[in-house]
Amino acid sequence: MTSLQNYLILSSLLFSIGLAGALTRRNAILVLIGIELMLNAANLNFIAFWRYGPNPSHLTGIMFAIFSITVAAAEAAVGLGIILAAYRHSRTTDLDQMNSLKG
Amino acid sequence: MTAAFFILAALTVAGTAAAMGLRNAVHCVLALTVGFAGVAALYLQLGAQFVGLTQIMVYVGAVAILAVFAIMMTHKPGEDQPRIFSSHWVVGGVVAAAVFSVLAWAISSSGTANQFPPPEPSVTVLAIGDSLMHTYVLPLELMGLLLTAALIGAVVIAMDRREETK
Amino acid sequence: MTQMLDQIFVTAKLWLMGYIPAAAKPLASAILSVVPVLIAFPLLFAITTWLERKGLGRIQNRLGPNRTGPFGLLQPIADAIKSLTKEDIVPLRADHAVHFLAPVLLVLASFLGYAVLPIGRNMVIVNLDAGVLYFFAAGSVVELAVFMAGWSSRSKYSLLGAMRAIAQMISYEVPLVLASVVVIMQAGSLSTVAIVEKQTGYTGIFPHWFVFTPWGFVGFALFMIAATAESNRSPFDLPEGESEIIAGYYIEYSGFKFALFFLGEYLGMFATSGMAITLFLGGWTAPVSFLTWIPSYIWFFAKLVTLIAVFIWIRGTLPRLRMDQLMNLAWEFILPMALLNMLVAGVWHFMPSGILRWLVCTAIVATPCVLFSARLKRKKRLQVRTYIFAD
Repeated sequence: MTSLQNYLILSSLLFSIGLAGALTRRNAILVLIGIELMLNAANLNFIAFWRYGPNPSHLTGIMFAIFSITVAAAEAAVGLGIILAAYRHSRTTDLDQMNSLKG
Repeated sequence: MTAAFFILAALTVAGTAAAMGLRNAVHCVLALTVGFAGVAALYLQLGAQFVGLTQIMVYVGAVAILAVFAIMMTHKPGEDQPRIFSSHWVVGGVVAAAVFSVLAWAISSSGTANQFPPPEPSVTVLAIGDSLMHTYVLPLELMGLLLTAALIGAVVIAMDRREETK
Repeated sequence: MTQMLDQIFVTAKLWLMGYIPAAAKPLASAILSVVPVLIAFPLLFAITTWLERKGLGRIQNRLGPNRTGPFGLLQPIADAIKSLTKEDIVPLRADHAVHFLAPVLLVLASFLGYAVLPIGRNMVIVNLDAGVLYFFAAGSVVELAVFMAGWSSRSKYSLLGAMRAIAQMISYEVPLVLASVVVIMQAGSLSTVAIVEKQTGYTGIFPHWFVFTPWGFVGFALFMIAATAESNRSPFDLPEGESEIIAGYYIEYSGFKFALFFLGEYLGMFATSGMAITLFLGGWTAPVSFLTWIPSYIWFFAKLVTLIAVFIWIRGTLPRLRMDQLMNLAWEFILPMALLNMLVAGVWHFMPSGILRWLVCTAIVATPCVLFSARLKRKKRLQVRTYIFAD
């Protein structure tokens, strides 16, 4: 039987992998992907607590996860639009080279 | 832990680790898709059918496609990538490891190791729709507004403003 | 007697399950449900390739294949032998892992959609509570496989074909889902079995299919247009048009992988037709009340073959749409029409049943169509066609 602890450890592992990717990758798009991973890990946490919690018929965890998926999709769209606009301006997606506000 | 959970968890962690570690950006997104599918399978295993299927439809079918489109449009062919990690990757790695260790310590010192699931709740889509229309109607309307704003905003930001292409 | 014939597959499966020890029962049940689908639909694929080539040939005023067997009936076997024995050429610069996995993922995603189609009475592989959502989720994985195929070949034409194909598929996915939301509104459930159950029952001899209502008719038309675009079939086959971009995103594939792409595309077409039958045409129910003695699965496959014949007919008749025409159609006509259809379905639900309801709903859906065709006629886009037949 899987206990709640297994799901929580898994979701914290996914969160830290996403965090590591978001903090260390050069390509801006991969940083955005790391952020999406962190949101996914948080969703997994919500669903696990919904299932193992005292009152599953209240559907709170499911509702939060649905809204979180919606917001994450919208944020991915806007974030990628911003990355495209920044690429058009500075001709690169390398975050180490986009380090000045001039121009 | 059950064999199904172990296999799915291993698949998800492998997919996401590959997504953050591979050199080629498109390979990263494809590995990420495997990770998303693994998370969706975990949702299905937990009995959240609607959320699991929505996860596949939204993340695999839309967010991953968006990401590959963005990679295609910002890809310079022939540009070699000697370094895929930024110059201060050590700090990032240390922070992520610290976050994971704190979370894992907090989780293992809580009482959740012995918490086992109550009998499977029967969640129908009807119940989800009911609660969306009654309890959560305000967030629903706000989501509609947010998605409209995000749609228009993303199109305006990413639009090509050069006049001579008209 | 007819009851026994109708349920023959179900009783056969139950009889076979009796011989299996209890420990292996879930796995054996799953295998016994899935294997007939895995056999029946590729067989239908083989028959469809023959039907398509003969049908297109006759529409284009020529004979189709007629050398392999009587009327060319062994042509699918010849095609299979050809595609299995052709050399599998992979470009040198191609990404080998992704290049290999793309057709596999396409066929996998296409097969996954069949799990929720009710092929007969009590004959669905799994009765999911959110069955229609599962079907569209499985369909959205196909886009990723198309991208993988186009990108991994590292060739300009295949990448261009993949971009066009994905743009077309995501544009038409929204009207596809919206056209099916109308049915979900009326049936009150996302489960495909419940939707078919709502369409059993006859008034006089006429069935209660959803296609015989104003919103259902428009929804069916929109669903079929979007389904044609989703499976990249003519008139929406710009991504794979043979005279345009040679073969689009699967240009660098040969031999068995090409056959897998072909199989995946046709399986997707069958699955979407099956969903259209489930949502609008009453699933496995008979069209008239005195023909209910014919088994349910026969009716499902008859309707499926009819829809496939309609697809082939449209392919042979209409010219290909250009990319911008295709996208304009999706976002400026089909999507608003689908939203209007949802409004009409709401009006239908709340008005008392009677002739007034029919008139109001038909008027609301007919107005944009009439205006659209009037606009096309005025700008001389639509003209009377003349035909010249060869003797």
